[in-house]
Amino acid sequence: MRLQYPSNIKIVSIPCTGKVDLIHLLSSFEKGADGVYVLGCLERECRYEKGNLRARKRVEQAQKILESIGIGGERVQMYNLSSSEAPRFVRFANEMTEKIKEMGPNPIKIAMQKKAA
Amino acid sequence: MIVAKQKPIEEIIEETKGYKKILIAGCNECVTVCEAGGKREVAVLASALRMYFMNQGKDVKIDEVTLERQCDHEYLEEIRNTIDQYDAVISLACGVGVQFLAEKYMQMPILPGVDTCFMGVTEERGVWTERCQGCGQCILARTGGICPVSRCAKRLLNGPCGGSTKGNCEINKDLVCGWQLIIDRLKELDRLEDYEKLAPIKDWSTERAGGPRKVIREDVQL
Ligand code: SF4
Ligand code: SF4
Repeated sequence: MRLQYPSNIKIVSIPCTGKVDLIHLLSSFEKGADGVYVLGCLERECRYEKGNLRARKRVEQAQKILESIGIGGERVQMYNLSSSEAPRFVRFANEMTEKIKEMGPNPIKIAMQKKAA
Repeated sequence: MIVAKQKPIEEIIEETKGYKKILIAGCNECVTVCEAGGKREVAVLASALRMYFMNQGKDVKIDEVTLERQCDHEYLEEIRNTIDQYDAVISLACGVGVQFLAEKYMQMPILPGVDTCFMGVTEERGVWTERCQGCGQCILARTGGICPVSRCAKRLLNGPCGGSTKGNCEINKDLVCGWQLIIDRLKELDRLEDYEKLAPIKDWSTERAGGPRKVIREDVQL
């Protein structure tokens, strides 16, 4: 199945979404990412039992922080799918890209560019 | 451990307004265990504040350090040569650490980054509950190892009040009655006769009622 997904998405692969820490999510925004989403296995199907549930909690923590500092909590999301669901992978990629396009660029990126100019 | 919880980021932002060089200081002990003020929380707060100020177009330098403890001179001394670079420190230690840091560095504004709550345990990940109020004269030997000072809402010392219902406290039905726990445990220990013994009047002067307290150990003093 050779499906297309938006080329603006940069994939960072990790052994389990449980490896994603809150600081990883925040650092991505500090470095200028417009949006970040964590794509985990289906809930209750984690090989390490709670990896994807931990990831979801951290995504929620990041949402709260980004919202309270004025960056926008919606810029970070958690999605779940199984590894055989390519069309769903594409759907999430498109959905996230649309959401971020609507929100516009990360204000940190703009502030950094202003500072550098 | 001493249990603390993170302050809302909005409050920290409000307190730090106007400072240009801020050090966030974590503590490796209790506040690390209760996930309020360890190295990870320092990194997260630093990142959040950097983004906030950047977004506001303000040039604020935010640095991070996590000390072994903030309640001992030797660890606080570790920042003696660097602290002057900053114009404020946010301490993520408990209130004890915040104050000791402030006492040591008189010229430096020291701001608390957590709300210090109580001495307690981790019941499960993300749930901490109170166990001791440091009354200065422990009576656990008589109460089946369960503390009526911290676990009975009224700090009763001779059995429950009349409000205990189905094992729960009358002030809040989600709170277990401390005396129910004591009686259950005494039963387990086959020492229910302890429950019949009248507790002597407790000397509350060793508790906070007697003013700020001090422990002096001449045998270890140098
Ligand atoms: S009796 Fe006093 S010292 Fe003992 S656990 Fe209770 S509060 Fe703490
Ligand atoms: S119900 Fe139990 S814990 Fe609550 S005040 Fe009465 S004796 Fe104390």
